Amino acid sequence: MADYIVDARAIHKHFGALHVLKGVDLSVAERELVFVIGPSGSGKSTLLRCLNRLEEPSSGSVVVDGIDMLDPRTDINHARQRIGMVFQSFNLYPHMTALGNVTLALRKVAGKSRAEADALGRAALERVGLADRANHTPGQLSGGQQQRVAIARSIALEPRVMLFDEPTSALDPELVGSVLEVMRSLRESGMTMIVVSHEMGFARNAADRVVFMDDGLIVEQGPPAAIFESPTQDRTRAFIGQIQRH
Amino acid sequence: MLFRTAGVPPAHDHERARRPRSAAMSAWDRFTETFFNGKVMLKYLPDILSGVVVTIELALLIVVSGLLAGLVLALLRSLAVRPINWLIIFVVDLFRSLPPLVIIVLIYFGGPAADISPSGFVSTWLSLALVLMAFSEEIFWAGITSVHKGQWEAARSTGLSFGQALLAVVLPQALRLTVPPLTNRTIAITKGTALGTVVAVTEILGEASSAMSNSYNPSPLMMGAAAYLVLFLPVVVAARWIETRFAWKR
Repeated sequence: MADYIVDARAIHKHFGALHVLKGVDLSVAERELVFVIGPSGSGKSTLLRCLNRLEEPSSGSVVVDGIDMLDPRTDINHARQRIGMVFQSFNLYPHMTALGNVTLALRKVAGKSRAEADALGRAALERVGLADRANHTPGQLSGGQQQRVAIARSIALEPRVMLFDEPTSALDPELVGSVLEVMRSLRESGMTMIVVSHEMGFARNAADRVVFMDDGLIVEQGPPAAIFESPTQDRTRAFIGQIQRH
Repeated sequence: MLFRTAGVPPAHDHERARRPRSAAMSAWDRFTETFFNGKVMLKYLPDILSGVVVTIELALLIVVSGLLAGLVLALLRSLAVRPINWLIIFVVDLFRSLPPLVIIVLIYFGGPAADISPSGFVSTWLSLALVLMAFSEEIFWAGITSVHKGQWEAARSTGLSFGQALLAVVLPQALRLTVPPLTNRTIAITKGTALGTVVAVTEILGEASSAMSNSYNPSPLMMGAAAYLVLFLPVVVAARWIETRFAWKR
């Protein structure tokens, strides 16, 4: 168990009568990049959101970096600093500048002074290639730039794990590359990443492991080559066939 | 006396060509003498001015306490504690549906039965503040719920507590949406200070109407109207300024 930085066991999630996750186990080693694929409604995003408890699992256990996320005694706000999350719709704060977005949690949660937070914030913006956009508001940035600011907002807190929930799905095709570029450099710096995405090209050459989910369960997982070239399950084969036809 | 009709002067033949004009002039004179009588206005100006002071005091108290109470209720409601929310919704719906005049009368004349004797001023303040609280709570609440769920999630995922996310991320966006409806409601409520006349509050309308009965002339009422314009036009202009200030570049 100690070998894994993320260890989720037997996760069930019900939304009313809907059984979205039906007992999912997902363990991720440090510095590993795990790609989660599957048809829409298969529970990928819900699984991701259970890991930082944006969604409360109905049952199961989630341990991240040695912290029991579901223990009521756990300081969830403190624990969440260690888990960065990037959303499909960026969710930048529209009333703040890029730097304001990146430094808010540094000041409010990590307790940094404004000067310290600004320095760390600028460094984070530098890492995503947007040092010169620090004083722009989200409305003045392209989608790709907004998503990179959102990534900077997470990495500024120096998380141990990063969760990506379809980070490029809302982007125009020509803007996807810049976001994937940032994700690639994050991976090279040794960040542990769990990515829900349809960017199969990126999965193929960057992922350590691909997890295929369908109907609330993990159907099959393995190295990208194995999943994409020689899946053993019919459902995986059907899904891979469908996405590769496009 | 109040709306006397002056007899039309006998028209001589050589004046006939100019008659329509002079008749119009005298009608205008009659109008100004009735509604804008200089002597009457001068005499009652101090009364109207003291009414203005009372109206301003009353309006400021109502706006500050009403909006503050409304905001506090909306923030409480966002905690999503069922029994508290039922209570808030009940209170808000009650004060939104009762006519403000009824509330004023209830507090002023009903107070002594409960061993408290609020003055007309306090009754009016309390009543209108409660009404403004009820309406502004709904406006603040609508603003809070209209902020996209993703804003909460982004804030919470970086470790902000519920309160921090509410105050630093959600509320600033909600307030920006609420400025125009809040301004409208605030102006409507502060004009309601005129209802204080029924419980003997000497605000603008009260002063103006007693001056009108004393002078047998409606000029003081016109002064009162002018005073309301002077008071509220700046409020409307200020509201526009706030709206542009609160807007951010999209």
